[in-house]
Amino acid sequence: MSGGGAAQGGGSVVVTVNGERHEVAPGTTVASLLDRLGTEGRGVAVAVDGEVVARSSWPEHELAPGARVEILSIARGG
Amino acid sequence: MAVTDEITPTTGPGGDDLVIAGQRFRSRLILGTGGAPNLEVLEQALVASGTELTTVALRRVDPSAPGSLFELLERTGIRALPNTAGCFTARDALKTAQLGREALETDWVKLEVIADERTLLPEPVELLDAAEQLVDDGFVVLAYTNDDPVLARRLAEVGVAAVMPLGAPIGSGMGIRNPYNLAIIVEEATVPIVLDAGIGTASDAALAMELGCDAVLLATAVTRARDPVRMARAMRHAVEAGRLARTAGRIPRRRYAQASTSFEGLPDLDTPAE
Repeated sequence: MSGGGAAQGGGSVVVTVNGERHEVAPGTTVASLLDRLGTEGRGVAVAVDGEVVARSSWPEHELAPGARVEILSIARGG
Repeated sequence: MAVTDEITPTTGPGGDDLVIAGQRFRSRLILGTGGAPNLEVLEQALVASGTELTTVALRRVDPSAPGSLFELLERTGIRALPNTAGCFTARDALKTAQLGREALETDWVKLEVIADERTLLPEPVELLDAAEQLVDDGFVVLAYTNDDPVLARRLAEVGVAAVMPLGAPIGSGMGIRNPYNLAIIVEEATVPIVLDAGIGTASDAALAMELGCDAVLLATAVTRARDPVRMARAMRHAVEAGRLARTAGRIPRRRYAQASTSFEGLPDLDTPAE
């Protein structure tokens, strides 16, 4: 993903998603980020800046510039 | 080996269900999903094992991963138990438990807090701390622990729903290294005891049940067997056989023989002396 800075003049916001830089529109929420990435919500959990974001808050939780987003899903494990 | 004499009554079909936190399970085998070569084999093994509860981990979404574990679980109707595998501190375990709760919309968690990557042995201080905090936060905690009767007691005291002592280190296939400790844990148990980790083959699982464990949790022994589906069937039968043997009440061990055939009524077959 490209991205010039934390917040470009045109109004895009740079965030980190699972360790990769992503440029998103200002006002992007957790829910809209998942949509944009094509990630189905079932079996998925999200943390932003180290704090777990409750599923019910996904539609309102806006991503601030520089936010570190972790998107996790269930995986094989003992 | 010291085995207690306690006999659990069984009352026909459904009368011998495993009950954890009020939830009933007909199968006393919990099969983990770790180590499975692919989802197809995993699904076949899960079905063959007869399990009704399976552990899953939480990892970064991999958009390129084929298939969906979530859909597999939906299709088979097997309940998922999120774990905190890979956590070294209570803090990490709490965060991971919260992620599991959001991902699967369940309060159940298999709590794992390990000390180091070489032994994967539970870190007792962090484990007890995490267990207490998770219970306070409303989680139903199934705690993976050492085969230490004192720690098992402490975990039960802070309110975990099940205590899950290891038989041997995770993935080691070494079986039950300390059956005496396990027998003490079972004797003192106030919550279900689930033998978790170390199982190598069917006889290990049967022994766990014969020692009085309420259930067995295993993954590697099945998922890394040459034929995982066949081993899953073997484990299903081993757990059932071990449970039956436990509840049937085994005979005591004795040093000398005890005739199973009576000496009464033996004929006199002496021939007359010439």
